[in-house]
Amino acid sequence: MSTFVYMTRCDGCGHCVDICPSDIMHIDETIRRAVNIEPNFCWECYSCVKACPNHAIDVRGYADFAPMGHSVRVRREEEKGTISWKIKFRNGKEKNFVSPITTKPWGKFIPKLATGEKPNQDEIKSQILYNEPEGLNTKKELPSIPKDSFKKGVYY
Amino acid sequence: MIYNNPFSILSETIPSIAIQSFLILMVGLALAGTLVDIIHKKNVKYFFENAKKAKLSATRELGVRERASVIVKTVAYDIGTTSELGAGKRRVAHLLGMYGTILFWIASAVMIFCYSSSSSGTPLAWPIIWHIGASMTILGGCWFWFFLRVDVYSEAHPWYRIIKADLFVLALIATSLFGLIWSYLQSLNLNDRWDDKVFLVLYIVSNLVLFGGVYWSKFAHMFYKPGAAIQKNLAEADGSRDNLPPEADAPKKFGLGIKREAPKHY
Repeated sequence: MSTFVYMTRCDGCGHCVDICPSDIMHIDETIRRAVNIEPNFCWECYSCVKACPNHAIDVRGYADFAPMGHSVRVRREEEKGTISWKIKFRNGKEKNFVSPITTKPWGKFIPKLATGEKPNQDEIKSQILYNEPEGLNTKKELPSIPKDSFKKGVYY
Repeated sequence: MIYNNPFSILSETIPSIAIQSFLILMVGLALAGTLVDIIHKKNVKYFFENAKKAKLSATRELGVRERASVIVKTVAYDIGTTSELGAGKRRVAHLLGMYGTILFWIASAVMIFCYSSSSSGTPLAWPIIWHIGASMTILGGCWFWFFLRVDVYSEAHPWYRIIKADLFVLALIATSLFGLIWSYLQSLNLNDRWDDKVFLVLYIVSNLVLFGGVYWSKFAHMFYKPGAAIQKNLAEADGSRDNLPPEADAPKKFGLGIKREAPKHY
């Protein structure tokens, strides 16, 4: 499966180009609309589908079942903080889901290094990285999964 | 200059009927180009097939009045303000170019058909609209060309690199620019000096390129885009929504509601 663009909807804004982790969404030079330049490299991550403000991007199903009328479409409403999905099955059954957007705002979790204590010359030369060992939180007992909680009948 | 009707001055040397025939030829070229485009790309066929498919998944039937109200709202808001471009520089540049071109073309048609003889006095408004329209088109077009053009920044192409996609915007800028220069030279009363004629020829050639190149350029988007916007809003109204989920009926602070960063290079 891979993404494709409805040309009548796309206005060439470039949101999909910016967000694509595989860097395959480009702006076509002739028609100035977004285009998936390498469908085989599409991860089907839906990032561009969700980012598109005009709902111009869709994901193509495999050829054997796509003609039978399934669809998976998404509407992202930033101002409400919601992301809604509509799954349409081949037998006509529909399912709708609404979830909160969990993307963190840009820069919120960047460590504030400028306000931290400056390392001295010995600490810089040391093999231990900044904020180690405190930052690793290794003084406590390391987390472990008790073997009893594993599924019965499965051997590890 | 701004109060002069350039076509009435031109009619002293070229008969009005020839000027009017040229305008009709331009309209014919635009229509023919669009028709060939429709037949070759089959986009209108796809559009209607898609609309038919969408109608099957409609949850309610729209009445004539409701349908008309959706179309009027789409024309007034989506098309009239090019809302799909968001609130950014692209939209301002597009609006300048769009309304500039509309004013320029309407004023040209009125002045050519109603006031093109040297004896008829042109109301002051029409030449002013013609000149303002041309200036707005140049401003919007150049803004797009130098600052917003796709791939100028992201692909590191220089601004003077021209590709087929630039045919429409360049022809539009050239038509308005040569028209303005020709009008200015006419207002100087140069008594048939060579430069007046050169810019008239350039104005004619740029018009031929603009209207004759419809098949190869982006010209036809001004017909397709309104159609697509109307179909989109009708699909929202009848519940088919192109299979998209309905707008979320979400409680307050359901999610973070972040404002994402807009792409700067397009």
